[in-house]
Amino acid sequence: MGSNMAECHPVAFRWPMKAKLNGAKLIHVDPRFTRTSAVADLHVPIRAGSDIAFLGGLINYVINSKRWNSDPFFKEFAVNYTNAATIINDDFKDTEDLDGVFSGLKGFKEPDFWPENGNIGAYDNATWQYKRGPKPPGAATKDLIAKRAGPPFDDLVRSLKPGPAEKDPTLQNPHCAFQILKRHFSRYTPEMVEQVCGSPKEKFIKVAEMLLENSGRDRTSAFAYAVAWTQHTYGVQMISCCALLQLLLGNIGRPGAGVMALRGHAAIQGSTDVPTLYHSIHGYMNAPSALRPHETLRDYIAAETSPTSYYGNTPKFLVSYLKSMYGAAATAENDFAYDWHPKILGDHSHIASFAAMAEGRVKGMCCVGQNPATSLNGGATRLALRQLDWLVVKDNWLTETATHWYLGPEVKSGEVKIEDIKTEVFFFPSTQIAEYDGSFTNTQRMLQWHSFAAKAPGDCRTDSWFYHNLAKRLKKAYAGSKLPRDQGWNNVTWDFDPDPGEEPLYPGEISARKVLREINGYQTADPKQHLKGFAELKDDGSTTCASWIYCGCFPAWEQNLTARREPDPPGVPGAHLKWGWAWPANRRVMYNRASADLKGNPWSERKRWVWWDPTFVNPPDPKTGKPVPKGKWVGYDVPDFGATKAPDAQPKPDGIALDALSGTQPFIMRADGRGWLFVPAGLVDGPLPTHYEPHESPIQNPLYKQQTSPVHKVWASGKPYNQLAVVGDPKFPYVISTYRLTEHYLAGAMSRWLPWLAELQPELFIEIGKGLAQEKGIRNLDWVHVTSPRGRIRAKALVTDRIGVMKVGGKTIHHVGMPWHWGWMGLSTGDVVNDLTAWVGDPNVSIHEGKAFVCNVEKA
Amino acid sequence: MQVGRRDFLRLTASAGAGTAIGGLVGLGVTLAPATARSQELRIKDAKTTPSICPFCSVGCATLIHTVDGKIVNIEGDPRSPHNEGTLCPKGAAIYQLHMNPNRATKVLHRKPGASDWEVVELEWAMDRVAELTKKTRDDTFIEKLPNGKLVNMTSAIFALGGATLDNEFNHLCQKFWRGLGVVAIENQARI
Repeated sequence: MGSNMAECHPVAFRWPMKAKLNGAKLIHVDPRFTRTSAVADLHVPIRAGSDIAFLGGLINYVINSKRWNSDPFFKEFAVNYTNAATIINDDFKDTEDLDGVFSGLKGFKEPDFWPENGNIGAYDNATWQYKRGPKPPGAATKDLIAKRAGPPFDDLVRSLKPGPAEKDPTLQNPHCAFQILKRHFSRYTPEMVEQVCGSPKEKFIKVAEMLLENSGRDRTSAFAYAVAWTQHTYGVQMISCCALLQLLLGNIGRPGAGVMALRGHAAIQGSTDVPTLYHSIHGYMNAPSALRPHETLRDYIAAETSPTSYYGNTPKFLVSYLKSMYGAAATAENDFAYDWHPKILGDHSHIASFAAMAEGRVKGMCCVGQNPATSLNGGATRLALRQLDWLVVKDNWLTETATHWYLGPEVKSGEVKIEDIKTEVFFFPSTQIAEYDGSFTNTQRMLQWHSFAAKAPGDCRTDSWFYHNLAKRLKKAYAGSKLPRDQGWNNVTWDFDPDPGEEPLYPGEISARKVLREINGYQTADPKQHLKGFAELKDDGSTTCASWIYCGCFPAWEQNLTARREPDPPGVPGAHLKWGWAWPANRRVMYNRASADLKGNPWSERKRWVWWDPTFVNPPDPKTGKPVPKGKWVGYDVPDFGATKAPDAQPKPDGIALDALSGTQPFIMRADGRGWLFVPAGLVDGPLPTHYEPHESPIQNPLYKQQTSPVHKVWASGKPYNQLAVVGDPKFPYVISTYRLTEHYLAGAMSRWLPWLAELQPELFIEIGKGLAQEKGIRNLDWVHVTSPRGRIRAKALVTDRIGVMKVGGKTIHHVGMPWHWGWMGLSTGDVVNDLTAWVGDPNVSIHEGKAFVCNVEKA
Repeated sequence: MQVGRRDFLRLTASAGAGTAIGGLVGLGVTLAPATARSQELRIKDAKTTPSICPFCSVGCATLIHTVDGKIVNIEGDPRSPHNEGTLCPKGAAIYQLHMNPNRATKVLHRKPGASDWEVVELEWAMDRVAELTKKTRDDTFIEKLPNGKLVNMTSAIFALGGATLDNEFNHLCQKFWRGLGVVAIENQARI
């Protein structure tokens, strides 16, 4: 669901096809009948944006099914490995009680210092919490902060431990997570699914039965999704809903199971892990923020550390990161230079920043390898770009972003005069993949190294070169400044020149290996002593490590594990552990403790992955020299658990981090070691997924009075450049999704300049169903105009049977679809489809709603 | 396990695989030996460098063949557990990302209000960008909010980076901007 894997990840799609040859069943739920649908055992049409209703329907069907209630596996997994049995606060009110909103909904007021957050509302999640017994006695967090306790910060972390959560393993208590979710989804019946999603009831039931048949001790089912599950005003909840279903089916942490994110770019996982994203610092720690209690290092630790999960080690991750930023200047006395680290003011995401730019609040921009002039609400984005004082574009080709000021549609039409655009613009040419060294992280969290093979022409330089040489200039410019505001920068460590004897690839080029070494981390006292894994991290400054999750990828000075290319021999079960390196700790299936039962035995022989070997003789503890009892987790993968922690191990009463969890709590990153069916914290838009309509929808929400997510984001609300359609707007009656083609890539910079690819897909088109085409008098290959409240573009019609008419709540809804790869540059050019999209988005992650909005189509 | 280029060709030739070859097998014709020979000639004396496809997130491994430092061929790495030597149309076109007359190779500058680019020196352009970065930072830096919170930041510079760039680039980019106090750092990963 949410993916057209055959066309968008074609090489990976070979594996589901191979699984099919082994008897696996393939289901494709999608508004379009694509090449993925063509080879699936079952294609089920669905109205764009209604996936939570479909998944919620599956949840309701599964938990009421005979199989789920008769095979003890499902309850054993749910009761022990998820929070099904946990009791939620009595004050919690569900969307069933409040007609589409949860308890805790309040208004949202934009702060004056950064009014770009866009939220239409906000939740206080106090009522969503677990019901707990009294907090254990001990020092109070605020007292420890006041007296600047630590390092070590163990006492501070210990002080955060809450009282024990109440549970009902019989799952009968009406306030337990299971009963709440059972009521929550009780109206998501097959009939309701048909009414909301337009998916035929019989086909929906077939999907549910196939999933039930293929889940259990001996079989697993997996879901794969892509941006069709993220580009929504409730995208995170869609994925969360799938995780909920998979936990109920026992399909997490096991081989051939899970929820697989098919990410879209070679290093997109890497740029999330090594965060060129405003909201996080390395390894998914939240960026220090002015909106949260992050005033001091200890305040940050208190606010961000989950004391009873692996995240109980957050102080070690944070301090080691600060050491990588500020080196010797980061000391215990100055709280490891925490005060120098910038704090965010709120939402500085892609759309928020363009919305601020349109208002003149952003003056300069460096754009490296991205092409926003053809991106989200293109007209508004280009308007924003024209307000800049300066713009740097670094790319392999002259992109639309580099040329918007003289070739943009507004300039060509005369609406904007070139001389009125006061932006100083730079274009720096870049190297291509074969022309430098470095690592990518793929969609399975796997780092793979690529090596330099040939020199780039002319002034082409690596993108790292650009920032390295800019940094050197800025270091020089600020040298000697005594201003407090410049001390952070003046103390940032910047040592990426190749070591003596190592020839730079280009004059002034960095050593990429040196950068990866800093990411991996080392003993502060001796940078040649690399850290072998994050278990070695300390919170006292004695370890330096930019990214705790990447720690171990470069475990010795000359041991770059990302460059390994040694596959497993054929026919041997394994996880190719010597091919590249996957975070964390080269683990390929996360939470894989769940692949074994409570006693540590595989759930079945067929689904064996990681298990407890009670006879394993362990060497003495290398730190203490003390003997270690027999027994170890072994298997085909790196166990995601304490290696010698026995299945019958009990939590230590005073323990923090993993010591606070037992031997049967596999979800070690969660505060209770269990998979969350009900999400008490971490999501801003509710503890359970709920069907809402997209911001722009042709119909009223059939399930609740609440039409859209009550807390989603609308940026530049009311501005002429971000107009939005009302519900059922007769001017824009059709649902449109944007999508990708196999032969093009993103905004086209990496494909429309390539003769082979431009020839394979030479032209922009709009895919229209036969019924709509007939209604509108449009024939195949006719030019049509497509309009949304934001823009009007032209494309050729591709009239097919593959995209359809949905009957939803008695109303006929036509879908259309457009690939979004075009712009005015390159060998193949076409209108910018993103000129139709809107600046509305998900409240958790600020992603736009590109997969479900409305438009009109007319013959040109 | 190491599969050499020659071993790989032998394996595929004996299996009658390969797209063009496969199509003709049905007609009782096999071009396998001829195709293998011509491919072998193309990469004769070539140096092989391991690389990764820069398009989608699957992470297909590739091999780059160069002769005298010039790329002559790029193809899938048969050893890879992800792609086993195969590539999709985009992956198969990586060669044209490099060997392409349309490639931009010069540094360009447009003055405010000007109607044309000018070709400029790389070092001059870098100096100028550094100067503008410093000026904007200094003009817009906020040490404390009106409520007294220490923030040491500016939101007036926006750094946007693509998701087809290396981990090492991402590290430098985020360290550089966070070091300066710039918080609006974003990436294609958002959208």
